[in-house]
Amino acid sequence: MTTHGTPDGAHTPMNDEHGSTAVRLDQGHIQGTGGIPAQFQNPGLPPHVERMSDIDPKAAKRAELQVASMFILSILGSLACLVAYFVIPTHQQIWIPAIENGNLSHLAIGLTLAISTFFIGAGAVHWAKTLMPDQEVVEERHPLHSTPEERQAFARALAEGDAAAQLSRRPLLKMTLAGALGLFAIPPIVQLVGGLGPLPGDDLSTTFWDSKYWTNGKAPRLMRDPEMTPIKASDVTIGSVFHVLPEGIMDSEHPLDEKGKAAVLLMRLHPDQIKSQKERDWGYHGIVAYSKICTHVGCPVGLYEQTTHHLLCPCHQSTFDVTDDCKVIFGPAHRPLPQLKIAVDAEGYLIAEHGFAEAVGPSFWERG
Amino acid sequence: MSTRTTDGLRAGDSRSAATSSSSTKAGAIAGWVDDRTGLAKGARYIMSKVFPDHWSFMLGEVAMYSMIITLITGVFLTFWFVPSAGHVEYNGSYIPLKGVQMSEAYASTLHISFDVRGGLLIRQIHHWGALLFVVAIVCHMFRVFFTGAYRKPREINWLIGTMLAMLALIEGFAGYSLPDDLLSGTGLRAAQGFMLTIPVIGSYFVYFLFGGTFPGEAIIPRLYSVHILLLPAIIVGLFAAHLILVMVHKHTQYPGPGRTNENVVGFRLMPVYTAKAGGFFFIVFGIIALISSLFSINSIWNYGPYDPTAVTAGSQPDWYMGFADGALRLMPGWTEVSFGGFTFTYGILLGSLVLLPLVYVLMGAYPFVEQWITGDQREHHLLERPRNADTRTAIGVAAITAYCVLWFAAGNDIIATHLSLSINDITWFFRILFFVGPLLAFWVTKRICLALQRADREKVLHGRETGEIVRTADGRFYERHEPLDEYTRWHLVTGEPPVALALDSGTDHNGVRRPASKSERRRAKWARFFYKDNIPPVTPAELIAAQHDGHGHEAVAEIESGETTSRH
Repeated sequence: MTTHGTPDGAHTPMNDEHGSTAVRLDQGHIQGTGGIPAQFQNPGLPPHVERMSDIDPKAAKRAELQVASMFILSILGSLACLVAYFVIPTHQQIWIPAIENGNLSHLAIGLTLAISTFFIGAGAVHWAKTLMPDQEVVEERHPLHSTPEERQAFARALAEGDAAAQLSRRPLLKMTLAGALGLFAIPPIVQLVGGLGPLPGDDLSTTFWDSKYWTNGKAPRLMRDPEMTPIKASDVTIGSVFHVLPEGIMDSEHPLDEKGKAAVLLMRLHPDQIKSQKERDWGYHGIVAYSKICTHVGCPVGLYEQTTHHLLCPCHQSTFDVTDDCKVIFGPAHRPLPQLKIAVDAEGYLIAEHGFAEAVGPSFWERG
Repeated sequence: MSTRTTDGLRAGDSRSAATSSSSTKAGAIAGWVDDRTGLAKGARYIMSKVFPDHWSFMLGEVAMYSMIITLITGVFLTFWFVPSAGHVEYNGSYIPLKGVQMSEAYASTLHISFDVRGGLLIRQIHHWGALLFVVAIVCHMFRVFFTGAYRKPREINWLIGTMLAMLALIEGFAGYSLPDDLLSGTGLRAAQGFMLTIPVIGSYFVYFLFGGTFPGEAIIPRLYSVHILLLPAIIVGLFAAHLILVMVHKHTQYPGPGRTNENVVGFRLMPVYTAKAGGFFFIVFGIIALISSLFSINSIWNYGPYDPTAVTAGSQPDWYMGFADGALRLMPGWTEVSFGGFTFTYGILLGSLVLLPLVYVLMGAYPFVEQWITGDQREHHLLERPRNADTRTAIGVAAITAYCVLWFAAGNDIIATHLSLSINDITWFFRILFFVGPLLAFWVTKRICLALQRADREKVLHGRETGEIVRTADGRFYERHEPLDEYTRWHLVTGEPPVALALDSGTDHNGVRRPASKSERRRAKWARFFYKDNIPPVTPAELIAAQHDGHGHEAVAEIESGETTSRH
């Protein structure tokens, strides 16, 4: 029907009865002149339409009853809420379709509370809509800014204050005050920041595998997490994966802090599948150990795909290729997972003779 | 002018001071207060203030009420929650975790959930209320943005609102990190990872914040203090300023018959808005309570206590942090450089610690940018229909599209598993969509707005389609159109014609280049970009022309006795 915006702007009168071709933008926007106003004039507020409750006292009474019943519903809700609180035992379970097992006390208190609050609101709004005045009123706006005189008076007051305090006349006061105000906040801030925590030192670059944590000068065994039992090389079959922690970590002062850095994944691949010579050398007959802490932002790289030998971090989907020294093959991580060099002790258990050669976990400025 | 005694009474003070004589009890109390505060005048002024009615004005109210509900339930929770990372063995009534080592924070959250009667409900209301708070803020900001309500004189309030929106996110993050369950600990771990990427001071920042190695035992009590004291105080303060400015400015209103830039049309605070807005608080409360009793959220007992070596698949932050998480997932891994023994991971920094404030800085800056482009220094109290501000609407939708791409990207693993798609393909798709999507959205939105502008013109010019088919005497058919009444029509013709404020093309009327400054020319260019496609509303002359059946121009010419028309 519309012919606005015909690209060529050609005049194509169609002469249909309701005149859809009469005014077209491409013929120019018509500003009224002469006898016609340039723009439409605001018609003013539309006539007020009375509501049923305005003209019919019965309707008004009905509305009153409706509002009152909503308030009564709310009262009943509040009372029921109290009853539910005192009567229903805390651990009473209930089976509800679609919710399955729910806690009856939680459900009853919640639903009755919802009734008690909702119907106060519904009642009040219904009251406002049916019985309170619905004729709109007009309030005039006034420009927000102060009058020029008031602005001048303000500027004057400011200047007078400045003069009375002799601020401009005595630059020494101005300078020293500025200095004092500039410095006073620094000691409290230094106190706060200085007391917050220790300096990082080399803490980010050390883990519980490092020789300084060894007990009795013995290289730590690789232990199953969470059973904390040592792992025999022969237990690690091809395709299997072990979550590993260093021996003695649970006896450390802050096991969680140590676990956050020392967690390791142990996997066994067919030695032929391993593409990296270093990976093969640092492993033991295809058994390789890699840091479990993602080099992206530090989540545990928890998902091992046995068929592809990919490690996937569930947080941001960085993907590491275990056959190729855990290099990043997809996702936001930049560096490969650091490898832990492992060996076997006299009893056939897996041990780590060195800590990690580099810092584990997310990158930081001075990691190198 | 009167005789004053020397004991300090000012002129006009009466010794008996019997101003608070009132027959009713309430009146007597009010009088007592007013004698001591003089509040009656101000209170009367506020009670008679007029607020316009529109459903979209309730979005801000939802935000306000969910904030209040969250504050109330938050106070409840502080009575039971123990903000400590100290280790205990769980011995409560949730059997699957009996005997498990955990932090006191986690144990006390389990205690609230299982052993405090109604405690789980309060926790759920707190969490749902917080989620709704952020949802409502976002919707409220959409309303303010797309109707141009941030224009002069409300720029300061837009800035305050922007700050509130950002603080709400941080407050939410601090809150859901407190229970020290596996999911929240994973979130904190990632946060620690972002902070480590701050150049030069990253590791120092992290060690100061966490009081040492991650997770340490300091972060829970510190976040607690931030969550229940520092941020709520700032939020409540800014919120109060936000409301006071709404009062000072008087609420904006949509254009309509009787509504002008110089008035407010609506209902008084007393009684209508007291009932409507006060009642609405209870409606919001009731709905949050209903959701909280039926739909469990953050069921921390399913996640277990935090352990830095454990993680669950599908770990995701609360929805409002999703866009930052998505940005991290999309960021390619090559965004890290090493030089001279230092490492700078700018990708992670960009996707997290820079992105979040950047979003809010851009939003806060927008009104000032638009003002510079349009050169519009007038006060605006009438809202614009989004379709009439086509470029702004398109910019808004483009920004929302970019946000949503990041947000969906935060669920790339869920999308992959549920739709059996390759996560790599999805990630690549989102990476490209992040750049292409907003451009596409801009173009589509702009076209839709212009089409709607045309549709409005069409409707004004030719009236409403009645659906009645008329057959003329000579056998032709047409649909009868009914002219709009002047009140309906007014809605469609109020679109402010784009002011020629900055439409200076840099040439004078003879086409000679004027020596405009470079920034003036750039500004004119932007103004053209902003306004060039806008379709001016129908003028009375055009309507008259339209009603003269295809002889419009002659008709106008007749009425105006030969006046010509000109392209706008």
